[in-house]
Amino acid sequence: MSAAVNNNVENHDDHHHHKETFITKWVFSQDHKMIAKQYFVTGVLVMGVIGVLMSLLFRIQLAWPEESFSVFEIFLGDRWAPDGVMNPNIYLALVTIHGTIMVFFVLTAGLSGTFSNLLIPLQIGARDMASGFLNMIAYWLFFISSVIMVASLFVEAGPAAAGWTIYPPLSALPQTQPGSGAGMTLWLVSMAFFIASSLLGSLNYIVTVLNLRTKGMTMFRLPLTIWAFFVTAIIGVISFPVLLSAALLLIMDRSFGTSFFLSDIFVQGEVLHYQGGSPVLFEHLFWFLGHPEVYIVLLPALGITSEIIATNSRKPIFGYRAMVASILAIAFLSTIVWGHHMFVTGMNPFLGSVFTFTTLLIAIPSAVKAFNYIATLWKGNLQLNPAMLFSIGLVSTFITGGLTGIILGDSALDINVHDTYFVVAHFHLVMGISALYGLFAGVYHWFPKLYGRMMNKTLGYVHFWITAIGAYGIFFPMHFIGMAGVPRRYYTNTAFPYFDDLADINVLITVFALITGLAQLIFLYNFIHSMYFGKKAEKNPWKSNTMEWTAPVEHIHGNWPGKIPEVYRWAYDYSKPGKKEDFVPQTTPIAKGEKITEH
Amino acid sequence: MTVLLSIIAVTLLAISVWQITKIFEISNLGAKKDDSQVASEKDNDLQGKLMFAFLVFIYLVTIYSFVSYTKVLLPESASEHGYTYDTLLIISFIIIFIVQTVTQALLHYFAYKYRGINGRKASFITHNNKLELVWTVIPAIVLFALILYGMTTWSDIMNFDEDEDALVVELYAQQWNWKARYAGDDNVLGDANVRFLNDFDGRNSVGIDASDPNGLDDVVVTQEFHLPVDRKVIFKIRSQDVLHSAYMPHFRAQMNCVPGMITEFSFTPTTTTDDMRLNPDVVAKVNRINKIRYDNSQELIAKGQEPLEPYQFDYLLLCAKICGASHYNMQMKIVVESEKDFNKWLNEQKTFSEIIQ
Repeated sequence: MSAAVNNNVENHDDHHHHKETFITKWVFSQDHKMIAKQYFVTGVLVMGVIGVLMSLLFRIQLAWPEESFSVFEIFLGDRWAPDGVMNPNIYLALVTIHGTIMVFFVLTAGLSGTFSNLLIPLQIGARDMASGFLNMIAYWLFFISSVIMVASLFVEAGPAAAGWTIYPPLSALPQTQPGSGAGMTLWLVSMAFFIASSLLGSLNYIVTVLNLRTKGMTMFRLPLTIWAFFVTAIIGVISFPVLLSAALLLIMDRSFGTSFFLSDIFVQGEVLHYQGGSPVLFEHLFWFLGHPEVYIVLLPALGITSEIIATNSRKPIFGYRAMVASILAIAFLSTIVWGHHMFVTGMNPFLGSVFTFTTLLIAIPSAVKAFNYIATLWKGNLQLNPAMLFSIGLVSTFITGGLTGIILGDSALDINVHDTYFVVAHFHLVMGISALYGLFAGVYHWFPKLYGRMMNKTLGYVHFWITAIGAYGIFFPMHFIGMAGVPRRYYTNTAFPYFDDLADINVLITVFALITGLAQLIFLYNFIHSMYFGKKAEKNPWKSNTMEWTAPVEHIHGNWPGKIPEVYRWAYDYSKPGKKEDFVPQTTPIAKGEKITEH
Repeated sequence: MTVLLSIIAVTLLAISVWQITKIFEISNLGAKKDDSQVASEKDNDLQGKLMFAFLVFIYLVTIYSFVSYTKVLLPESASEHGYTYDTLLIISFIIIFIVQTVTQALLHYFAYKYRGINGRKASFITHNNKLELVWTVIPAIVLFALILYGMTTWSDIMNFDEDEDALVVELYAQQWNWKARYAGDDNVLGDANVRFLNDFDGRNSVGIDASDPNGLDDVVVTQEFHLPVDRKVIFKIRSQDVLHSAYMPHFRAQMNCVPGMITEFSFTPTTTTDDMRLNPDVVAKVNRINKIRYDNSQELIAKGQEPLEPYQFDYLLLCAKICGASHYNMQMKIVVESEKDFNKWLNEQKTFSEIIQ
């Protein structure tokens, strides 16, 4: 209780002394709500569209290999698609940049950046982030990072093409592939900016959650969204610096002749001077971020879902403390499982056993979360709006994708499916699709808070059902291609007659991918149209308990006019017996004779 | 043509979206027109039923995939440890299917069963320690069993002894091909390093140290390498440029090739190439592939191009780690045969000392 600090009201009044100009309101804004929108537009609407478009291009190539398509000529130009036939180097570049953009720009910055910024101050009852200025800097570093990443697509020798994991020596030596020249340099610079942005953002989230909670908002009264964002920020602060160090060492190897990751290399008839380094070291450094990154992407989505499922089930989230405990357990375990990406890298086999052990342990808190979601639905009164559908969809893909993790996390079984399409199918379902569902659910649910209007329900339903069917249509058959022994990142499978009978499955997957990809236009249309023409939102359209719905619909500096409301209860008093309504906002004082809910 | 096709596809999609939207709207006719995202009772009813239909869809996709795609999977293992591998895989899959079937059913059934009705109040249930303990402990027990099983299998596969009669073979990776080196009569590989690659006008293709006497009887082969059946093989794996991964799916074997480092893997082949070609699953697969190749050839001939060659089954070594432009075509044929045939084949190859003379 003592940690909960009442926000300084006078400080808030100070804001009004400044006159807002176009620049301070729309461009260099320090208001968390505006920054949230900026993250969404840059991360999801711009980078997301680029990332998805790239996947459609290489899916077309995989379904109809080496055939001529004018769409390739339009997007890739004469240089990378002469006569409309895709070049293998640009294929690898597309795969690489698709991965980078989706994982970092869309699902890390786009997802956390939007919702942590929008919801942390509003749901804990704060006027703004602890440092609005740092928050603004964080966004602009992310913006610079995005610009550099997009610019790298246009360099002469092509963008980075060593896979999103950029393992050296392939990423270190321009002699081994054209994308490892200027394209890779820009990739590394862009990521350095990205990491700086992510660190500033995360520190701000942590400090804000710890220090700026309104009176009565104890840690165990926080909505699960805030717990998820808070823990995500902690994981980010722990692991992103390690990627930065890996990137810096790689820059040294590339440009200053050091040998951190390189040794005994012979390329194009020449023995290179590198001596004594090891690419395995890079893999350790990369995955020390890379695995926690999965949870940096996933936990915010799970937090969003927890909130939406409870609200729309009109029922308390089942096992609140177990949910918090499993978030913490996942966060802790996520930092000691990175080696499961490296079972067959030549790492000591004993380490393989250790990482199998820690990896399969993570299944326990994950299972607890899935069961708790299902139990929350049980005996609820479900309001099946688009946000709720995407949340239920998330639980479904989280289970389907997560279960195959017990195969990949088991070092013995990983041997034969490592780096095959089985992995691609697994992680796309469990972190890609699940996190995207979380993102969509969040947008449908908090659109009224972002733009003061409602999105179109019917379009939302259509968007969900096409996406839901498409996601299974794409990734379910993909497991079989992996089990048949097809490695990932192959430009075409035609070099192996043994894979000829898989061509049909690849066509099927691509058709689903094209339909699902195009269906996202429905979302884009709905989003942009509703921004201007959507029905005006009420203050609390979902009859939700959390604090953001007590703030006025119009965005004002400082979020609440006058004093910040106090909090008297947890966020999940839905359908509480003895209450007339089926929700009791956190700001409602405990009535005479009312029992405080034990949770 | 493709432009036309894509335009048609987009148009059809647009029409279908429009139609679906219409259906949703019509199904909403009775209710007062409120498209503001808050779900009405009618919406809940329809979406709840669709959720149940989606459960059926997931089951159908699963059944369809298993019925029609099981045949494309790898045939039974051709190595000794592969049988243990396959057993563990099947056990894991059975667990996955049970959990998947039950949890998806509960999730979607609840979404259907408890679809919202105006005026009904949900049950106020915050937690249930007993229930939560059950669904924490049961997964924990199952996972511990799996971990134990997995760890024993893993250490059996990875901790192999360098016994005398095991055959030592080096797999050598470069952009974008494979080579294999046999240790010769002494069964000891000569020292090697990329620094020696330019010796002897490039004839020293894997960089053997000519001053090491162990290397003189070594044999380097390209395109295909042979293995004797039922004899343990220890692979010493190298790369000269970037990371590659030696992937031999039929033997359930994979290990990365790391420049500056020698990695190892070992297995015992149990089925000769000839025997594998008689395996009913392989026969069926080869027939299927040849039918596809025949159909494709007809098209090629019609265009005045060369037809495709008929396919015959062979074991494969593939590259599974992204390594540049021709990553997709980095392959080597593996032939498993009797010890006698193997020795005959090996004796026909040139030794290192013969090559550098």
